[in-house]
Amino acid sequence: MSVWLVQMFNSLSVSSILLLIALGLAITFGLMNVINMAHGELIMIGAYTAYVMQNLFADYLPASWFGAYFAVAIPAAFCVSFLVGLALEAGLIRFLYGRPLDSLLATWGVGMVLQQLARTIFGAPNVGVKSPEWLNGGLSLGGSVLPYKRLFIIGLVIVTLIAMYLYIYRSAAGRRMRAVMQNRQMAACLGISTRRVDAMTFAIGSGIAGVAGCALSLIGPIGPSLGTYYIVDAFMVVVLGGVGKLLGTVAGALGMGVFNTYFEFWTNASLGKVLVFACIVAFLQWKPQGLVAMRTRSLD
Amino acid sequence: MLLKNATVRRKIVITLAYAAVVALLACAPMFLSDFRLNLLGKFLAYGVVALGLDLIWGYTGILSLGHGIFFGIGAYCMAMYLKLEATGAGRLPDFMQWSGVTSLPWFWEPFRFFGVALLLSVLLPMLLALLLGFFTFRNRIRGVYFTILTQALVLIVVTLMIGQQAYTGGTNGITGFRHVLGFSLASPSVKNGLYYISAAALVGSFLLCRRLVRGPFGKVLQAVRDGQNRLRFLGYDPAKYQMFVFTVSAGLAGLAGVLFVLQVGIISPSMMDIVPSIEMVLWVAIGGRGSLIGAAAGALLINASKSGLSETYPDFWTFLLGGLFIVVVVFLPKGLFGLLARLGARMKGGLGDAMAGGRGRAVVGEDHR
Amino acid sequence: MKRKRTKRFGILALGAGLLLLAGCGANNSANNGASPSASGGSSQPASSSAASGSPSASGDGIKVGILHSLSGTMAISEVSVRDAELMAIDEINAAGGVLGKQIVPVVEDGASDWPTFAEKARKLLTDDKVATVFGGWTSASRKAMLPVFEELNGLLWYPVQYEGMEKSPNIFYTGATTNQQIVPAVDWLLENKGKKFYLLGSDYVFPRTANMIIKAQLKAKGGELAGEEYTPLGHTDFSTIISKIQAAKPDVVFNTLNGDSNVAFFKQLKDAGITSDKLTTMSVSVAEEEARGIGADVLAGHLTAWNYFQSIDSPENKKFVDAYKAKYGADRVTDDPIEAGYTAVYLWKAAVEKAGSTDVDKVKEAAKGLEFDAPEGKVKIDGDNQHLYKVARIGEAQPDGQFKELWNSGDAVKPDPYLETYDWAAGLSGGNG
Repeated sequence: MSVWLVQMFNSLSVSSILLLIALGLAITFGLMNVINMAHGELIMIGAYTAYVMQNLFADYLPASWFGAYFAVAIPAAFCVSFLVGLALEAGLIRFLYGRPLDSLLATWGVGMVLQQLARTIFGAPNVGVKSPEWLNGGLSLGGSVLPYKRLFIIGLVIVTLIAMYLYIYRSAAGRRMRAVMQNRQMAACLGISTRRVDAMTFAIGSGIAGVAGCALSLIGPIGPSLGTYYIVDAFMVVVLGGVGKLLGTVAGALGMGVFNTYFEFWTNASLGKVLVFACIVAFLQWKPQGLVAMRTRSLD
Repeated sequence: MLLKNATVRRKIVITLAYAAVVALLACAPMFLSDFRLNLLGKFLAYGVVALGLDLIWGYTGILSLGHGIFFGIGAYCMAMYLKLEATGAGRLPDFMQWSGVTSLPWFWEPFRFFGVALLLSVLLPMLLALLLGFFTFRNRIRGVYFTILTQALVLIVVTLMIGQQAYTGGTNGITGFRHVLGFSLASPSVKNGLYYISAAALVGSFLLCRRLVRGPFGKVLQAVRDGQNRLRFLGYDPAKYQMFVFTVSAGLAGLAGVLFVLQVGIISPSMMDIVPSIEMVLWVAIGGRGSLIGAAAGALLINASKSGLSETYPDFWTFLLGGLFIVVVVFLPKGLFGLLARLGARMKGGLGDAMAGGRGRAVVGEDHR
Repeated sequence: MKRKRTKRFGILALGAGLLLLAGCGANNSANNGASPSASGGSSQPASSSAASGSPSASGDGIKVGILHSLSGTMAISEVSVRDAELMAIDEINAAGGVLGKQIVPVVEDGASDWPTFAEKARKLLTDDKVATVFGGWTSASRKAMLPVFEELNGLLWYPVQYEGMEKSPNIFYTGATTNQQIVPAVDWLLENKGKKFYLLGSDYVFPRTANMIIKAQLKAKGGELAGEEYTPLGHTDFSTIISKIQAAKPDVVFNTLNGDSNVAFFKQLKDAGITSDKLTTMSVSVAEEEARGIGADVLAGHLTAWNYFQSIDSPENKKFVDAYKAKYGADRVTDDPIEAGYTAVYLWKAAVEKAGSTDVDKVKEAAKGLEFDAPEGKVKIDGDNQHLYKVARIGEAQPDGQFKELWNSGDAVKPDPYLETYDWAAGLSGGNG
């Protein structure tokens, strides 16, 4: 099979990873307008959850069960990050609504503390996560291999996306969430507890970051500074896609993933990255609202 | 009568306080060791960046997370001169030799001259800022979008700088300087001199910024921050003001870069990256945005405590510093200076509390979307 | 109006106070910058501007600096080296110290930031007046510290393999230079694995310089360059690069990626179905510690070049590994830079005892030709360039995370940072001795 087809798969895979790390942010940043710089550290928490799960399974359960740890790790990562998000919201974020740039700075401090905390608990060096047997190997297609892990991540993103869509657009809780994000006073007048919706929304965004971290532990490093590698990319995806629209985030991730992969293939990794970011900057000059703009008549 | 009296008294107090600060800066070499003085000099350079950032963020409502670039470009310009000076005529800087470059690239040539290097280190950042501002502000990109855009810019510039190792020194950056204008950088008297130059630069920048934020011009800046569209309806073009003030701020960052590289003796892309760029903003946030003194003092205070804490608790100073950032940003939106001003007001009694609140809000602004 | 005035006054008063505080804070911290573990280290007057003649030997202990990144991205590697250096100091202290005095470590955090390394180095030398400093990891941190040590005539022990092209009179290099690691590795690969090389590295100084040397060597010895690729630091997606490698069909991938990128690269290489029997990779920055982060099963079969492996069978190494595990936990591993940091402390001790003083010039003089039975075997300080004679080794990763030695150079290789004894390398260093 030609290199081009492999590259097509690679671009899809890179897009899926970008989407996974950006989905949580699409909620906390896109819907709530909170710039959570600790998003990367929530991803890190998810990755460490996978590590802890692996150790628990290796230590306390028969060896034949080991392969199942990853299936448990994903919901566990969601729960852990969800709880951390909940605590973060209660202790910090709720003071910062309406002050997005302040939230950037405060969560930056949170990120710093969480990183050092990880270093204290798990040690400074990277830790290893042994991937489960059923995810090793890949689908052979005419001489090239499509790794199961990458296919799995693509699947995971689709599942997460559908779940998010159903939650936000098809459930009562999601309707309340959209109501609060669109018009807080009106929603409160109608008897919705905005405090609870805020907390819930932020926690769900955090939980999805945890899922991303868990999935990334399959293909990347697991260490205290893991989050720093993804945070800027994640913000770029959301901004490029257009803030506040799930579809925009998908488009942003696809755009960035495809361009990144092909630029990197034609030039090199450094230049590829520079070109992608330059394109984004240029594109936003032309369409400041991003790929999928939220229609609004409001001014100031 | 009372009013006039109060104004006069206020002026006297302010003048005295300024005089005290300047005197303190002037006397610092007498009671600080060479090393601490050098550190203080570096912090003063940071203070200059903080002033520029406060100008655009505190007063105009533009949050730039890309000031590391302007700082870095200023520093690199000076570093190129210093490197050529240390290498000597007819020879290539060491990193070019081991990167396989055989002759000095053309864009290094102007940096043989101190004057040109100094000029470019301020002008180049200003030019870049003007270019960026020209496009973004006219397209009405602002708030969070502008902030994230500047982050992308940081990534672009830093990746390029690292990638062109043969011409920029790569991750190592440029280091190993000896002389500036024939004076040895290692001699204590030169270091003292550089300290005084930094102090003078900080005072000068402060006066410049104060001039800008007072009077009608400053009012327009604040209007850009608080109600850009309303300003537009009044017939002003906010983009022009934003471009101007952003350019000035970049120039200040470039100047700070020069002072930094002269005193620290190294510049590398790690000083321009996202982390230092955010840290710069934090100095302003913690000192007190919307107050020039607060911003400059914030830079000094944060860096002094960073140095001090990391020396005393090398293993967990990041906890303390991170915690400080969180607490101040969340609970003291006006920074430590706002807190102090409020405490001072409270001690004087409840007189006109409401008025103070109103005023404070107008100065600082509560929402910079 | 009155309100306004009070406010102004408060602000100004605080301004003055802060400036004072900055100064005082700095002064204070000089006093309590002493070590975490050592007791009663004689804290010296903070700002005695006239430095006393002989550094550090005053009082009841000898202060030494330990300067590694304990926070930031480089902490993943450097913390373990700090641990090894502290362990060596504890061992020496338990055995009676140096010149009858205890060694008092002063630990500083370089925070993965090069100017911070320069700042802390200056602080250690001028405020703490340490006898020597052990520290650094990246080339950039060493380059940042170098002018400080040369200006103040301090002494730095740098424990990591690096790209060569340097010999500072104030630095001892206890890691390998290029002719003790990369050059023999390339020779060995050309002889045993094939001629077609793909060079993959992180975008910074060590990989670029190393690859320049490798390219010159390949050209001289009939090798072939299949491709050369650099990734930004912290790059974590290698799918495209793996495609490029597959398209280029090299015999060998010579890998100079750094820490975190290695994890992503090897995991994704395995997923793409490329195992070590299909493609040879030779890494120069992957040691036992990194192997844990990558996953031993992922790395198994891949090759590395070092001067030390934890698996070396010698009494000195057994003692070292046992002590390290006993002190820091049975799950910890030792590796080349950790060993080089440990060895550095002992070499300094031997030099001080031979010189009978901690004076930098005397220690440097005494260190010439000094030998020590390190865990990696006998090492000797080259009097000319202050690097170590070291045995070059090539190892193969095992499923348990250890490396099996496939080849070693037999005798310790004389360090040659500028590759002056290699004909093909003429012109690489720009003729600058």
